[in-house]
Amino acid sequence: MTRPAQRSGGAARTSADRLARLLNLVPYLLARPGIELSEAAADLGVTERQLREDLELLWVCGLPGYGPGDLIDMAFDGDRVTITYDAGIDRPLRLTPDEAMALVVALRMLAETPGMANRDAIERALAKIENAAGELADAPVAVRMPGDSDRVAALRGAVQRGRALRITYYAATRDETTERTVDPIRVLMVGGLAYLEAWCRRAESMRLFRADRIDAMVELDEPAAPPPQARLHDVSAGIFRPDQDLPLVTLRVGRSSRWITEYYPCERVEPDPGDAAGDTGREWLVALRVTDLGWARRFVLGLGPDVTVVAPPELAEQVRDRAAAALDAYANLPPDGAPEPGAPRSGAELVGGAGPATPTGSH
Amino acid sequence: MSRTRTERLVNLVICLLSTRRFLTAAQIAATVPGYEHDPDDPRDHEAFQRKFERDKAELRELGVPLETGTASAFDAEPGYRIAHREYALPDIPLEPDEAAAVGIAARLWRHAGLAQAASSGLAKLRAAGVDVDPQATLGMEPVVTVDPAFAPLTAAARDRRTVAFDYRVPDGDAPTSRRLQPWGVVCWRARWYVVGHDLDRDAARCFRLSRIVGGAVRLLGKPGAFTPPVGVDLISHVARFSGPVERSGRATVLARSGRAAGLRRWAHEVTSGPDGDRLVLPYADAESLAGRLVGYGPDVRVLDPPEVRDAVIQRLKEITARHDELAAARTSG
Repeated sequence: MTRPAQRSGGAARTSADRLARLLNLVPYLLARPGIELSEAAADLGVTERQLREDLELLWVCGLPGYGPGDLIDMAFDGDRVTITYDAGIDRPLRLTPDEAMALVVALRMLAETPGMANRDAIERALAKIENAAGELADAPVAVRMPGDSDRVAALRGAVQRGRALRITYYAATRDETTERTVDPIRVLMVGGLAYLEAWCRRAESMRLFRADRIDAMVELDEPAAPPPQARLHDVSAGIFRPDQDLPLVTLRVGRSSRWITEYYPCERVEPDPGDAAGDTGREWLVALRVTDLGWARRFVLGLGPDVTVVAPPELAEQVRDRAAAALDAYANLPPDGAPEPGAPRSGAELVGGAGPATPTGSH
Repeated sequence: MSRTRTERLVNLVICLLSTRRFLTAAQIAATVPGYEHDPDDPRDHEAFQRKFERDKAELRELGVPLETGTASAFDAEPGYRIAHREYALPDIPLEPDEAAAVGIAARLWRHAGLAQAASSGLAKLRAAGVDVDPQATLGMEPVVTVDPAFAPLTAAARDRRTVAFDYRVPDGDAPTSRRLQPWGVVCWRARWYVVGHDLDRDAARCFRLSRIVGGAVRLLGKPGAFTPPVGVDLISHVARFSGPVERSGRATVLARSGRAAGLRRWAHEVTSGPDGDRLVLPYADAESLAGRLVGYGPDVRVLDPPEVRDAVIQRLKEITARHDELAAARTSG
């Protein structure tokens, strides 16, 4: 005995999807008399073959009586189709609460995005969708995305005009301010920060430039011309996606610095097994990948006294040496003292670009 | 098999849309193809009832507003119908630029939880005659992600149901169990929060969704269990904790030439001298400025004020001591 309800969730899902698609298909075609099957299939995200199967199924559905005048009817003209009788399914089904929320919240996000173009159209669309969805649109979701609208709007303008840019950019990974010519491709908003994605002629690769680190920019007369090998970043999992080839840094972290585990992608976070301090002041072992040991050194020194480098040993030594050298400078000199001896600059400089961002929020 | 079922369901929807009278299960069975059975055979009848229950459940899940009622006061048996006015999406006259905005909005969810709902919602707008240009852009692409607790919490807020979850903050050692009447969910600076009345604290609280252990939200009690305060401003509950920082302090530091680019960017003044560059930096909190300065090691030395200078020296001492111990432990062990 076949019991459809006991089929796998996947099959049940497919069946529900198909029903939703069929109920939608009649009004879709009704609104577009004579549409080509290939165009409709592409628009609806199905294959042409699937669309034909859907039409065949609809053809045998209709009003009770199920005679020739009761069934859904359509006329074909070559590859074009026209619904000639809809049997009462002349409108799509109303939005579900989830659908209404998905659209309303996304429009609110667009409207809130700093420097967004066509804000007026977004707000008009939002009002109309909210109106159509009735009380469903009363989504209990509020969005606020503060940001530098002027900066973002300027970047977006440069992208839309298709011009190359000369930018002064602060690269946090290396702690240096650089001049570059870039070919802009798009502006992204990820994790509350705006980025310019562009081909960097200096690095000869695609880069994501954080908008708030672009200290100056000049639009050039020449057009943006990213080379064919320019490939967009996949930002679906965030801007910084730790590569397994990057150095792994392990830190022992006290309570007041544990916030770093929320701001940086960590490979491992666990209570330090060697810590016998009990409930108070328990330390965690935190492992994270870094693009640059020089950045890691500044990061660890900046975190404060309850963070210790466990690995790699060369980072621990660099941190200690830099802290000791800085202390010496204070010990040897009065506040307005003479020049200091130069200290060696250490740290393996690896790839630049988008390293872990410095936290901007409160903690 | 699946084709037969889909066909039956389409016919059921058409049948119930076309009737103004409530139709009983028996009347539906006698009308809609696919429900044929012998009502006098108990096993056959029971199979029909199960099938019909499943079909009703599927329609309701899809959002079809199935009305239940009786055709007349003399009928004991409940009947069913679908009111076209309740079923149909109202007309949404979107201008081309508005339709483009909706299309772009629907794409925001492509990496996140509501992708499915966004695309089926968009498909309904298309079916209502709205043409959405899939290539349209606004020159800017927001990438949205949501935490696993987003869907259950928004649903609970919509239904006004009390929830419980385990909540872990980084500076706590163990999660605490919280009970909340959720008023709504807030996205503030790209992080998600739920705002509501905390039943254990008996006060308004907000919680970061990423700190809810496993994204697991348990429902307590029935829908409609509470009413959020009238005109509640959800954002204000989250945003007041991270207002703008007043940087009224001024610190002077000596930076080696060509170093500490990150500090130079926000210096109010830079004066070059033989021993390096003097930078005047605005700050709000001496300790957090000290952390930032220590990051630059010997490239930066604080000249003034003493509170910053002392904080830096104290940090340097502790960092050196901690890492000296480590080095000692390594050589001895």
